[in-house]
Amino acid sequence: MIRLNDFSIGYGGRHLLEHADTEMREGTLTALIGRNGAGKSTLLRAIAGLSKRYTGNIILNGTDIAYMRPVELARTLAFVTTERTRISHLKCRDVVAAGRAPYTNWIGKMRPEDIAAAEHAMASVGMESYADRTMDRMSDGECQRIMIARALAQSTPILLLDEPTSFLDMPNRYELCSLLARLAHDEHKCILFSTHELDIALRLCDYVALIDRPRLYNMTPAEMIESGHIQRLFSTVSTTDFDIRMFLK
Amino acid sequence: MRSRTVVLFIALSALMVVLFLTDLSVGAVNIPVGDIWNALTGGDCPPTTAKIILNIRLVKAIVALLGGAALSVSGLQMQTLFRNPLAGPYVLGISSGASLGVALLILGAPMLGLTGFVSSMGMAGAAWAGAAAVLIVIAAVGHRIKDIMVILILGMMFSSGVGAVVQILQYLSKEESLKAFVIWTMGSLGDVTASQLRVLAPSVIAGIILSVATIKPLNLLLFGEEYAVTMGLDIRRSRGLILLSTTLLAGTVTAFCGPIGFIGLAMPHVTRMMFADSDHRILVPGTILSGASILLVCDIISKLFVLPINAITALLGIPIVVWVVLRNK
Repeated sequence: MIRLNDFSIGYGGRHLLEHADTEMREGTLTALIGRNGAGKSTLLRAIAGLSKRYTGNIILNGTDIAYMRPVELARTLAFVTTERTRISHLKCRDVVAAGRAPYTNWIGKMRPEDIAAAEHAMASVGMESYADRTMDRMSDGECQRIMIARALAQSTPILLLDEPTSFLDMPNRYELCSLLARLAHDEHKCILFSTHELDIALRLCDYVALIDRPRLYNMTPAEMIESGHIQRLFSTVSTTDFDIRMFLK
Repeated sequence: MRSRTVVLFIALSALMVVLFLTDLSVGAVNIPVGDIWNALTGGDCPPTTAKIILNIRLVKAIVALLGGAALSVSGLQMQTLFRNPLAGPYVLGISSGASLGVALLILGAPMLGLTGFVSSMGMAGAAWAGAAAVLIVIAAVGHRIKDIMVILILGMMFSSGVGAVVQILQYLSKEESLKAFVIWTMGSLGDVTASQLRVLAPSVIAGIILSVATIKPLNLLLFGEEYAVTMGLDIRRSRGLILLSTTLLAGTVTAFCGPIGFIGLAMPHVTRMMFADSDHRILVPGTILSGASILLVCDIISKLFVLPINAITALLGIPIVVWVVLRNK
């Protein structure tokens, strides 16, 4: 579970979030939405322990991340960033195996349970057959899945993804989000991902967290549509005939 | 481990042994293989032969072996740490620091009339002190800086600045001290004495032992520092360990042999291609073997044609670096 207590963050004198209090529970998929520059990545990076420029508390499964050692944090939370990672000469098997680093010894020896966890992670994203391929000869979508498998291999109760759908085509976006929903529900993980796809967020996710500077609203899709926040933030920018009700299930 | 990897390790080890023995047999004086064997094993051979083999050629071959391994492992660490294929052991200014130490000693000390000081301290000591000073400055500054690319840029700027100071010293110094300095910058494996080897060998071996401890951090750093942190890497500790290992490896070799170029830049690439792998559990031992072998080859060539070692390493290394740059395009 992710809990934010009186959480404020900003940079360069800009307040992105002020006094936010919310929580994301295990077994749920939450989409983080907001306009460009609203602070979606900033929030995710703070929760992942990559930025310490915030006030308030980030509590993961009962422990404040400020008091967690790097290994402890890596066993609690895994993160897939927007960075496109393509390491030449490294097999997908080894990429996913790197996710076991918080559990392996000083030289990184894979025990049978580590190998099993890595294989299970690859199977979860449907990439078992790619084990011996290298990422420099794979598509963006395939690389993305391997990086997600690597995060799953960390066997963490919490998973964060920063715009995982951004360089995928439409069918792949839906497929990926269905995969995330399945992982949240079947493996009882707490999954939070940022996205620009309102339809995906509202159709496939259990909760939608909206950053409306400096506030954070976290509610179910139905409540979010009812609240009118999305219309207010997004309808003015694009088209006049924007009708949020088309997203209702 | 795959069978190809095993075969390559065996082949590289055998190659290194063969090159080591070849290096012993090549030199100004022709010595029969039987006498070399006897000199090494304490058997029956002329006393002068034993002296040449044990005091000169063996020392030099060990220096080539350790130097090649050290520079290559250090280059591998820098390439992975900075995620830059053109990084090498000298990217953070180890060689400029060593040059400054030597320049101050050879060029600066006579200016101040400190000739006695020169002989007592020695070039190796001065170079080592210079290299270590640079790394201490970079480690101290780097400890406060999060972004590794900033550290890389600072290192390069700092080393250029130090280079400028060295140029000023060169410009102001007398001809004979200038020549001594220029010869040092050409690099030499042969100036290391048996007693100096007693300092060089343990330092390099300590650096190599430390480099084994950097294997897991390096594997995580392949993903970039941020991913490495989310996979549980203690970034400050790992950076410190890598810098310490590189100082011991490249700093020591440079102190005793002068700046030897291109080996540390080229051999990690060659090793990656040979093994077709980026796992440092394979690359670290792989670069040790390939690096040691290549510097032995360079030493053999430099003895056969009586040329400075740095010219050979550059002529062998540059095509490899060019190939890497073209291949990445």
